[in-house]
Amino acid sequence: MSRIHKAFENGKAFIPFLTGGDPDIATTEKLILAMAENGADLIEIGIPFSDPIAEGPVIQEADERALKNGCTTDDLFELVKRVRTKTEVPLIFMTYYNPVFSYGNERFFKNASEAGIDGIIVPDVPFEESDEIRSVSKKYGVDLINMIAPTSDERIEKIAKAAEGFLYCVSSLGVTGVREKITTNVGEMIEKVRKVSDIPCAIGFGISNPEQAHTMAQVSDGVIVGSAIVRLIAESGNEAVEKVSSYVKEMKAAANK
Amino acid sequence: MGEKKGRYGDFGGQYVPETLMPAIHELEEAYNKYSNDPEFKKELTTLLNEYAGRPSLLYYAEKMTKDLGGAKIYLKREDLNHTGSHKINNVLGQVLLAKKMGKKRVIAETGAGQHGVATATAAALMDMECEIFMGKTDTERQALNVYRMELLGAKVHPVSTGTMTLKDAVNEAMREWAGRMDDTLYVLGSVMGPHPFPMIVRDFQKIIGEEIKAQLMEREGRLPDVVMACVGGGSNAMGTFYDFIKDESVKLIGCEAAGEGVDTPRNAATIANGKLGVFHGMKSLFCQNEYGQIDEVYSISAGLDYPGIGPEHAMLNETGRAQYVSITDEEAVSAFEYLSRVEGIIPAIESSHAVAYARKLAPTMSKDQIMVVTVSGRGDKDVAAIARYRGVKIFD
Repeated sequence: MSRIHKAFENGKAFIPFLTGGDPDIATTEKLILAMAENGADLIEIGIPFSDPIAEGPVIQEADERALKNGCTTDDLFELVKRVRTKTEVPLIFMTYYNPVFSYGNERFFKNASEAGIDGIIVPDVPFEESDEIRSVSKKYGVDLINMIAPTSDERIEKIAKAAEGFLYCVSSLGVTGVREKITTNVGEMIEKVRKVSDIPCAIGFGISNPEQAHTMAQVSDGVIVGSAIVRLIAESGNEAVEKVSSYVKEMKAAANK
Repeated sequence: MGEKKGRYGDFGGQYVPETLMPAIHELEEAYNKYSNDPEFKKELTTLLNEYAGRPSLLYYAEKMTKDLGGAKIYLKREDLNHTGSHKINNVLGQVLLAKKMGKKRVIAETGAGQHGVATATAAALMDMECEIFMGKTDTERQALNVYRMELLGAKVHPVSTGTMTLKDAVNEAMREWAGRMDDTLYVLGSVMGPHPFPMIVRDFQKIIGEEIKAQLMEREGRLPDVVMACVGGGSNAMGTFYDFIKDESVKLIGCEAAGEGVDTPRNAATIANGKLGVFHGMKSLFCQNEYGQIDEVYSISAGLDYPGIGPEHAMLNETGRAQYVSITDEEAVSAFEYLSRVEGIIPAIESSHAVAYARKLAPTMSKDQIMVVTVSGRGDKDVAAIARYRGVKIFD
C-alpha cells in the first residue's frame, strides 16, 4: 500500500502542487521539504510538459520555465530520491501521458516506485484508456489517481469504484487556475461517490484563498491548490520558500477551521 | 474497464481529460445517429453540391503530363471548392451536425487559415457563433486569412503560447472546449484528435476519393495506378485514399513537409522522424524529444506545420498500405511555381508538396499509367509568402 492513505489521517488534507524544476531543481527540493514541514499532507509534483492541455496560463508558464531550464524526468526521479531521505510525506507526480509513455511505462513506474513516489495523476488519460497505465503502475505499488469532473454525472460511479489512493474532484469546467468563485455543486458530486466508495475525495481547480479552502473542505476530505502556489513561487524569487511555507500553514489551518 | 474506441491498429483512442469525455461521447452518439439519417445526408449533399460546388473537377493536366513525359496526370481540383480548399467538405458536415445537436457556437483551430475560413463560412451560413484559434506566428504569415475570417463574422484568437503555431492552436481550442461545451462544438479540421474526430473528418472527406474513382472510371474506364496528396494532420490525403484502400493495385502516397530537410532540425516530417506517442487525444506518431516533449516543427506551409499525424495514416504507414515521402520547402516552392506556369493553376503551398512529388515520380512511370494528384487548395493565400521566400518585395 502506498503512503497516500496517511495524507487523510490528519484532519482535512491540504495538498499543494508545484511544477518540478520551476525555477530550478534546488528550489523545488527546498519547497517540497518546507511544504511538508508546514502541514502539507501530500505533495503533487508536476513533471513539466511542452503542451499541458489541462492547464491554465500560470502552470503553462511554469512548465515552460522548467523545460527551458533543462528539467527532465530523470532529474525529478533524482530529486524525489533525495527528498525521500528526509521526509515520509506522500508524494505524487502529475504529468501528461506522453512523458510517461515515451519513457516507457515499465521503466517509468519502476523508477518512480524506487524513488519513493506514491501515486500519479495523468489528466489526459481518462478512465476508459487507463488500463495500459494501471496494469503497470499497480505492479510497482504506485496509485493511479482518477479524476471526476462537473460533467462526469453517470460516469462517477464506475470511476469511483476503480479509484486508488484518493479521488481528484475537479471543481470547475475548463483548465487549472485561480477562480474567484466556484459555482459547481462539488458536494453533490462527492455524494455520488459516497454511494459506491469510501475513497478519500480531494477537490482541486480554482482554489486559492483560505475561505475557499474552508468551504471546499466542508464537503470533502481535502483541498488541492496548484496555480496559486505556482504564482507565489514565480512572484517571490528568493523569498519563495518562506512565503510558500506560511501560505501552506494558513491553508491547512483554514481547511481544518 | 470500458472498451477501447476508435483504434486503427495500435493507433488512435480517446486521450482527453475527464471533463471532455462526456462531450466527445455526445458527439459520437450524435454522429452515429445523423450519419445514417437520410434527411441529414440529403441536407449535406445539397450543401456540398449547391453551396460548395461539388463535385470538384478531375482535370487532365495534359501539359504537365507531356512535360514530365511519363504517367498521365490528373489533378483533383479541391482548390475550386467554395473557400478554396477541401476543408469545406468536413466543415459543412460538422457544422450541420453541430446545428442538429442544438449547439449555438463552433470553435476551431487553424494553421494556414483554410480550416478557419471554412468554419467561419459555414458558421455564417448556418447562423452559428464562431471563434477561431490560430498560432500568433500563423496569424502573421497568413494575415489575409485572419481578415477573411473576421469578415465572415468570426472572432480570431491569436495563440501566443508554446511555438505559436498549429499545435498550440489545437491546445487552446481544446482548453476552450473543456470550459464550454454545453452550447459549443469543437470543429476539428483534420483526421486527428480523439475518437470520433479522425473517423468523422475522414467520412466527410472521403467524397474526394469517391469522386476521383467515379470520374476516372468515366474518363478512362479504370482505376488509377497512383493517388497522392499532401499530409499534415492528413485530412485531404485520408479523403483521397480512403475509397482506394481496398483497391490494392492503387498505390497511395502521402507527401509530408521536410521543411529545410528531414535531416535538419527544421522540418515537420512526422512519418520520417516521429516516434510513437500520445498527444492531442490520440496515440500516433509525433516529433518529440527523448523525454516525450513535443518538438517545435517547421515548414514553409502553415497547414503542414504540425508535429503529429492522424492515427489512420500511422496505421497505413505501418502496414505498408500507403507510402509517405518528404518534400522540402524548396521543392514545394518550385512545384508551386511550376504548376502556375505550366497549367495556369496556382496551388496552395500545402498541395504543392504533392505536386512536387508528382514531378519526381511521373517521369519514372510509363505513359499508360495514371496518377491522380489532389490539389487540396488554391495558392492565392500563399502568394505573398512565396514572393518573400524568393526575395521579391511586394506590398501585402
